[in-house]
Amino acid sequence: MQGTPQPRATAASNQPGARAKAAGEDIWKNRTDKINAELFTLTYGSLVAQLVKDYEDYAEVNTQLDKMGYNIGTRLIEDFIAKSGLTKCGSFVETADVISKIGFKMYLGITPTITNISQDQKEFSLILEDNPLAEFVELPEDAVRDGLWYSNVLCGVLRGALEMVLLQVECNFVADVLRGDEVTEIRVRLVKVLDEEVPAADE
Amino acid sequence: MDASAANASTHFVCDSVMDLLLIETVALMSNSGTSTSGTLSTTGLTGDEDREAAYFKLEMLGYRVGMGLTEKATRDRPRFADNLEIVKFICKDFWLAVFNKQIDNLKTNHRGIYVLTDNNFRWFSRMSANSATETAQLAFPHAAFPCGLIRGALSALGVASVVIAEVSNTPQCTFQIKFRT
Repeated sequence: MQGTPQPRATAASNQPGARAKAAGEDIWKNRTDKINAELFTLTYGSLVAQLVKDYEDYAEVNTQLDKMGYNIGTRLIEDFIAKSGLTKCGSFVETADVISKIGFKMYLGITPTITNISQDQKEFSLILEDNPLAEFVELPEDAVRDGLWYSNVLCGVLRGALEMVLLQVECNFVADVLRGDEVTEIRVRLVKVLDEEVPAADE
Repeated sequence: MDASAANASTHFVCDSVMDLLLIETVALMSNSGTSTSGTLSTTGLTGDEDREAAYFKLEMLGYRVGMGLTEKATRDRPRFADNLEIVKFICKDFWLAVFNKQIDNLKTNHRGIYVLTDNNFRWFSRMSANSATETAQLAFPHAAFPCGLIRGALSALGVASVVIAEVSNTPQCTFQIKFRT
């Protein structure tokens, strides 16, 4: 993971999107230690099952997963910045690009598509074609009916990580193939840019 | 694991996501006994019982994961001849699949007790506290999950066991497997 720092922009292209993509792929290939996704997927699955058993309430499980994700996100951002060597994004749209093409690529090996950017450029959607968390998963009917968002930890991670770089966002699932939707979609909305460096209390 | 054809279709994730997930899982399970929300607060457990309950839950999480992993990994291989073969599978193939390395040392008394030593246990490798004893104490709850992993893997192969970890000298970790006959 150490390696010599490499220039962020590869010669491939001057397009910011393409540059992020190349950077993401480079980090994924050369600078991350990888593990078999099954271990991770199964661990997450048995955790969700345990939470369902403990709380007997799907809404509460969503909350717990989000909270957990937040705590993960606040730590993950350091790892992210250290590995990627990235500096501040110029705009929220650029942030979106970095999240999908570098962040997701680097940690989960996938690149969600960014769609539905709002007019004021403060909202966007991430479409996850291939969600590694949800492999081998089938939700029981009552979980679908009562609104379990199985991969909700991801929302917490995004929220926590972005808060550490002073972007307060709201983040939630709006569709999930596990629930019978066409696509898996996370909606991210920029609430405000924070101006102090003190993080909120760890939960 | 052998067949490289199987590897081609294997998905990977970054190792830090697993580390981060485990850190939070251990924290969540350890706190849930004393949390004010949920159904658990009413039980009124003492500190020791809390810790035990958390340990048990983490061990069960590992158990399910170990079982699932092993079921998939051993689907196409012939039955194991005896318990020693099974333990060897854990030391080699299973450890390789999970930690990208093999167990460093295997000892047995030939009466159903096996001791597996990993000299640089991955999930302990970056832990530290003020003193070695304190590190070991703090690391102990993190041993529940891997104990469960081993027990689940063994159970998927048809043997019931008790697995306990000894953590005294991190990052070294020793797992003792006792078969129930």
